[in-house]
Parts: sequence; structure tokens; C-alpha cells
Amino acid sequence: MSMTKRDWQSITLSAVLLAVAACLPLTGDAYMLSIGITIAMYAVLATSWALFSGPTHYISLATAAFFGLGTYTTAIGIENGLNYWATLPIAAILGAVLAALVGLATLRLSGVYFVIFTLGLAELVRQVVTWGQNVSGQKGLYVLTDITEVHIYWQLLVLGGIVYLTGWAIGRSRLGFALRIIGDDEEVARHSGINTSRAKILLFMVSGATAAVVGSMLAPRYIYIEPALAFTPMLSFLVVIMALLGGTGRLWGPLVGVIPFTLLWEAISASFPNQTTLLLGLSFLVIVYLLPRGFVGLIESGKRKLREREAFA
Amino acid sequence: MDILITGLLLGGTYALIAMGLNLQYGMARIMNLANGEFLVAGGFAAFWFYTAGQLSPLLTIFIVAPLAFLLNWLVYVVMLRPLVKRAKSHGQLEVDAILTTFGLAFVSVGIMLALFGGDYFSYSYLARPITLIGDTYALNRVTAAVAAVVICGGLWLWLNRTRAGMSIRAIAVDPKSARLVGIDVPKLSALAFALGGAVTAVGGALISTFLTLDASTGVLFTLKALVIVIMGGVGDVRGTIAAALLLGILETFVATLIDPGLTLAAAYLLFVLILLFRPQGLFGRRTT
Repeated sequence: MSMTKRDWQSITLSAVLLAVAACLPLTGDAYMLSIGITIAMYAVLATSWALFSGPTHYISLATAAFFGLGTYTTAIGIENGLNYWATLPIAAILGAVLAALVGLATLRLSGVYFVIFTLGLAELVRQVVTWGQNVSGQKGLYVLTDITEVHIYWQLLVLGGIVYLTGWAIGRSRLGFALRIIGDDEEVARHSGINTSRAKILLFMVSGATAAVVGSMLAPRYIYIEPALAFTPMLSFLVVIMALLGGTGRLWGPLVGVIPFTLLWEAISASFPNQTTLLLGLSFLVIVYLLPRGFVGLIESGKRKLREREAFA
Repeated sequence: MDILITGLLLGGTYALIAMGLNLQYGMARIMNLANGEFLVAGGFAAFWFYTAGQLSPLLTIFIVAPLAFLLNWLVYVVMLRPLVKRAKSHGQLEVDAILTTFGLAFVSVGIMLALFGGDYFSYSYLARPITLIGDTYALNRVTAAVAAVVICGGLWLWLNRTRAGMSIRAIAVDPKSARLVGIDVPKLSALAFALGGAVTAVGGALISTFLTLDASTGVLFTLKALVIVIMGGVGDVRGTIAAALLLGILETFVATLIDPGLTLAAAYLLFVLILLFRPQGLFGRRTT
């Protein structure tokens, strides 16, 4: 594929930003690093979520299921003598397989079925894991590695870079084009010979595999893992809110939502821990009624107004 | 046999909740994911009236129903109607409705947490044994199931025998054509939505007599109701009741014989089978 000057510009800019972000641990501030990890984690999750849900408008609430799957893969793998690095690709494969199964069952049908199914998926996996632990008499798992917070942070940044490159490549490929048509009108897409189910499932697999790897990377941070922690449904909702708040129309959109929302969320959780659910609800309402296209929409309509004003001047 | 009857009793109450959701999703065309929160609110009301005023939950439902009706009507008119008007396509409305009702669900949970705290709440009402066909059951479960059957029966008669009910069913079949034959679709959609909310809240009041609820259990009931509605076929009253009974039996079966923690997993298994083999619902016909 041919690259225009603009492409090179945006790639260079992204690389520079990534390099700047990678310098954060040099400040030596443990609190900053901890926030940095949270932001990097949500940035990767929200961006990969938007890769699938942005063009197709299918709202996936399965992030927590994939995330937990990854966490457990790493925990069980390490317990059975596997190297930490070997568990990451295994988590990716398992995540992709789970996504394919869910996709095969639901993505051929209308969006509502998909939402409902993914809504319960994390809970379903959690119940099964809990049951498995009850049967085997085991409560939780310890993940003991020599991986530090800084390593986790850098790993997430690398994964973020990969997700951006993948998203950019998909956007330019036939698959990305097909998805945009599906999002516009699925009927039209089918009539123009696009295998709509296959396209949707493929992209959902990318998104699922990414979330599973993020779960794997975060496992050493938790040290002790139990189902209620690994499969927390809150994670799925936060990812949806952050991605939509930023806007799914652009690859960089979710990031614009992740940074302010993570900071807000941390602040509210610290001072009013009982009001987080309320905040979550209000955020959904704000998105629907005030920011239907997210911050991206806001920025772009602002730009357009500016241009019009210049044109008249 | 024991399992079968306990399952049927549970299924009877599920039928009521699912009927509420079906009125909202099948007839008013709004996927209401805050449905379970209205159920919990109904349960809270029953709990409060019973502990504060010794008022029987069977009487509380006459207070809960009109309140929930009014509240849901307001939700529809104030929050959802603008979305219906703004939506360019059905898909867009669906996404907006899902996000809005999610928001509503979390806001309700937040408010209930602030008002009542995060504790489980339960009270002892009619916790006496009763003997049916040789086995003993809790009287409150039997009472709740009987009340649910009466209300479902009433709803069924209303939907099939009255003008308003038939108009609502017409909307469920085809909202565009319904307008052509002079049905006031916006007004009746609001009515169906409000009625659905009232039915669900009543179901919550009945369920609270034998199940322990807390502020954040709503979503589990929403999920179960959704599975039932889809299994029974959207907008299909008969299918909803059959599916609810089936789910009640399956859940009781799994809880008694395997593990009580796996009830949702059981519901999901059923859901997947339906999606794979009969996505149009138990009695539904395949549409193009």
C-alpha cells in the first residue's frame, strides 16, 4: 500500500507521543505511574473496543469477560510452570476463540441480542470459574513474578502502539471498508457481496484478543486473583463510556475520552466511593443527550465552524 | 416432582416480570435495561410498607402499580420520546435506548444505594409451609405465583379483548401500518411502556416476599427477563409465559442438583440454544 505524506506525519506524531508517554516512569512518582498504568490500560481497551463497535454500532459489554480470561490464563499458566511471556500469546488465542464463539452465536442476529449476550458473558464466566474453584476446593490464585509496575506500563504502551497500527491498517484495508458499509446499512453491505458475519466476527476477535492480553499484562499487578476481581462488570461499562465519550469516529477518539474520565473516576472513587454508580449512570445520559458523537464530534464541529468563519472573513 | 413444582412456582413469578419487559420491548419498542431496577424498587416499597406499617405485600401492589405506572410514563415521555423522534433508523434508536436505559439503571442503583444502603433486605411474610400433592412448599412462594397468574391472566384478557389492548398488539406487529388504521402510536407506546413498568414493579413486590434483594441485584432480573422475552418471541404473550415456566424449572433443577451459583449459567445455556436454533422465539415464525 502506498503511504501519503499525511500518513507519515501522523505516524511520526504518534511515535513521538508514545515515546514521551514512555518517559513517565522517569519522574519516579509512584502515584503518577499508577495512574499512568490505569490510563494506558483503559486506552488500549477502549481503542480496541472502538475498532469493532465504532463502525458496526454493536455495543459489546464483554470486555470484562476477555480481561478476566486473560488474567486467569496468566495466573494458571504461571502456576503450572509456564514462563510469563508464554502466557501472553496463549491469552490472545483464547480471547480470539471466545470472541469467535460469541460472535458465531450472536453476530448473525440483530444488535440487541449481542448486547444482552455480552452483558451476561462476564457474569456467566465468573459463575463457571467460581463453581470450578468450589469443586476443586481452591479459592484464589497467586501471581508471583518479578514484573514491576514500570514493566507493566511499558508493556501496555507497546500493546497500545500495536493496536493503533492494527486499527490504522484495518481502516485502509478491504475489511475496514466493508465494516463501514455494514455500519451504514447492513442490507446494502450484504447485497454488495460482503460476508457481513465474517467481517464482524473477525474484528470482534481482534478486540477480544487485545482485551485478553491486557488482562494477562495486569495479572502481575493484582498478585492475588479471584473471580470477583478478574471479571468485574464495571470494567466493561467503563470502557464503553470512555470510548463513546471520546468518540468512535476516529482512531484517536477513545483516548480523548479515557484521559479525562479516568482522572474524574479516580477523584470520585477516592472522595465519594458510594457515588460511583451514580456517576456511571449520569455519564451514559450525558453521552446520549449531550455528546452523541463524543468529544471528537465536538472538536470537529468546532473546527468546521472556525473554517466557515475564516471563509467569510 | 418437587423440583418441577418449585420450578413452576418460580416460573410463574418470572412470567410476570417478563410480561412487563415484553410490553416495553415488544410493544413500545424500547429495550429497557433499567427494568430490573424498577423490580427492585417495587421490592423495596413492599419491604418498607411491611416493616414500617405491617401492610401486606398483596395490598402494597395497589400502591406500587400506579406509582410505577406514572414514573415509567414520565420516563418515556421525557427521556425516550425525544430519542424516538431523533432516530434516523431503528438501529440508531436501539443503540440510544440501550445506552439511556443503562444510564437510568445505574442512576437508580445509585439513588437506591444512597437511600437504603448496600445491605440485603428481606422480611418474613407468610413463611409457613403448605402441603401440595404430598410435598411441602413455602406459602409465600405459592401466593406469589398465584397472584402472578391472576395478573398475567388479566393482562392477557386486556390485550386480547379490549380495544386499547388490541391496538397495542397491532403496534407490536407493525408500528407503521398501525398508524394507517388510525391508532395513536405515540400515545399507546407510552401507555404500553408505563404499563410494562407497573407490571414489573408489582412482580418485584411479589418476589421480595420470598427472595432476598439488594440495591444492585436488578441487572440479574433484567437479564433473566430478557432471556425469557427473546426465548418466548418478542411481543408474544403465550411464548413469554411458556419460556418463563421453562426457565423457572431449569433454574430450580440446576440449583438443586448441581450448584445454586450456576443459575445464570443455566439461563445462558438456554439462551444460546435458542439463538442458535430458534432465534425467532419458541412459537415465532421466521421473518424475512
